[in-house]
Amino acid sequence: MALLEVKDLQVYYGVICALKGISFEVNQGEIVSLIGANGAGKTTTMQSIAGLIPIKGGVVNYDGQPINKVPGHKLVKMGMSQVPEGRRVFQELTVYENLVMGAYTQKDKKKIKEDIDEICTRFPRLGERKKQIAGTLSGGEQQMLAMGRAMMSHPKLLMLDEPSMGLSPLLVDEVFNIIKDYHKSGTTILLVEQNAKKALAVSDRAYVLETGSIAASGKASDLMNDESIKKAYLGE
Amino acid sequence: MNILFNGLSLGAIYALIALGYTMVYGIAKMLNFAHGDVIMVGAYALLVTLNLQGHIALGVVVSVVVCTVAGIVIEKLAYKPLRGASPLAVLITAIGVSYLLQSVSQLIFGAAPQPITIGNFGTVNLFGAEISTSTILTLVVGSVIMACLTVFIKKTRTGRAMVAVSEDRGAALLMGINVNRIIMITFAIGSALAACASVFYLMQIPSLEPTLGSMPGIKAFTAAVIGGIGSIPGAMLGGVLLGVIEKVCLSIPALSPYTTAVEFGLLIVILLVRPIGLLGKKRREKV
Ligand SMILES: Nc1ncnc2c1ncn2[C@@H]1O[C@H](COP(=O)(O)OP(=O)(O)OP(=O)(O)O)[C@@H](O)[C@H]1O
Ligand SMILES: [Mg+2]
Repeated sequence: MALLEVKDLQVYYGVICALKGISFEVNQGEIVSLIGANGAGKTTTMQSIAGLIPIKGGVVNYDGQPINKVPGHKLVKMGMSQVPEGRRVFQELTVYENLVMGAYTQKDKKKIKEDIDEICTRFPRLGERKKQIAGTLSGGEQQMLAMGRAMMSHPKLLMLDEPSMGLSPLLVDEVFNIIKDYHKSGTTILLVEQNAKKALAVSDRAYVLETGSIAASGKASDLMNDESIKKAYLGE
Repeated sequence: MNILFNGLSLGAIYALIALGYTMVYGIAKMLNFAHGDVIMVGAYALLVTLNLQGHIALGVVVSVVVCTVAGIVIEKLAYKPLRGASPLAVLITAIGVSYLLQSVSQLIFGAAPQPITIGNFGTVNLFGAEISTSTILTLVVGSVIMACLTVFIKKTRTGRAMVAVSEDRGAALLMGINVNRIIMITFAIGSALAACASVFYLMQIPSLEPTLGSMPGIKAFTAAVIGGIGSIPGAMLGGVLLGVIEKVCLSIPALSPYTTAVEFGLLIVILLVRPIGLLGKKRREKV
């Protein structure tokens, strides 16, 4: 069953067309990745689904209902959560306060405390730094915080926009391991990545975005062996 | 001693108004130039209640309610449709709202100044100085209100959401925060504070006219910028600083005609030395 279904999605910045009608779907329990070069429209796709930028045309169905007109803040309650491009943690708040903010839609205070403990075991670096101001964390730590914060709302669908951006190779591996782990615990994942090789390695299926249109799609394992994809995105 | 207390209580008034400017700027990212006129609306609400033989306490409540509603309505009708529009368009709209409020009150109440009497509070003897009770009242109640606001922002879920929205509106939305609602609440709180300020202001200067809000509005805006616009402690500090400076200048005969010049001079100096204001935070450029 499709948890997220995007049909002919069109998004404009003023008169500039950033998405020229793209269609894709993410089924319950899958990891799907969206790969493509700089400026292809990956972030635009993620942000328009989350209600951060308005949708010009097409339909987005989530969990069986159209969400084009649903205000972004309500989508979080419906189980959609996003780790935005550039992390965007709350720089002036502490690690702990950021995690509490991630649980904004959760009501049970005791449960929130338990969830924070759980996040801190998943990300030991955060556990050590609960009181630290987020703006003073390293880039890698901020990425962990952004991921932990997004998990605090217990999403059904976790969307990650370039979680490996600017991280050292070791940390990139760690981030992908965390994504795999989190997926195993029962969350559907939509992943946007420049690091196509790593993304395809963890995904079930993938879509290739090229200047606002879907250029290719298929099983991740097939795309990995596709000659033209290899040349353009895997640097082989 | 007297000068210090008068300065502090005038400062508390400026601070209450400055909080409205600074919170709206921090959270809605706009300068609400009609904020000063909300004070005037509160003042007339109080006058009308007193004229109808209402008790002063009732007058204060009416004033707060009227201002809060006015703040919400102004935001909803004038500013919300402009969300995402250019800052200049929003600024011009705010100036338009300011003139609208002044003109409407002139139509209803006339342009002539009207006296108002908010009881006679007498004086108390403090540290050997005769200080008027209204001054003490302003100082104490003003401080309590500001302390409550600080606790509200630090401790409550809505308060934390306000901090999140002011830092990154998009990220706040991704947390499930209803940004429009938070902006509305900010206008409501700012306007309620302006109503409190109007009551204290009338205790000092017991006369109303439609342009009543302009001067304290501009002074409070100056205070907000001195303290660092967007910063809540900054608005409090800037307000108190400006209030004390004003009263000190007024007490020195040679300086008193130039009081306003001194205040705005201070603004210029502070902006030259520290463009973000005393407690302002550097805005990180987004990458
Ligand atoms: N706020 C904006 N105003 C105007 N154009 C924009 C805006 N944001 C993005 N664009 C344009 O839309 C297109 C898609 O941008 P988008 O950020 O979605 O790309 P991306 O695939 O995420 O790229 P990257 O891998 O570099 O993050 C680009 O051509 C970009 O210049
Ligand atoms: Mg991007």
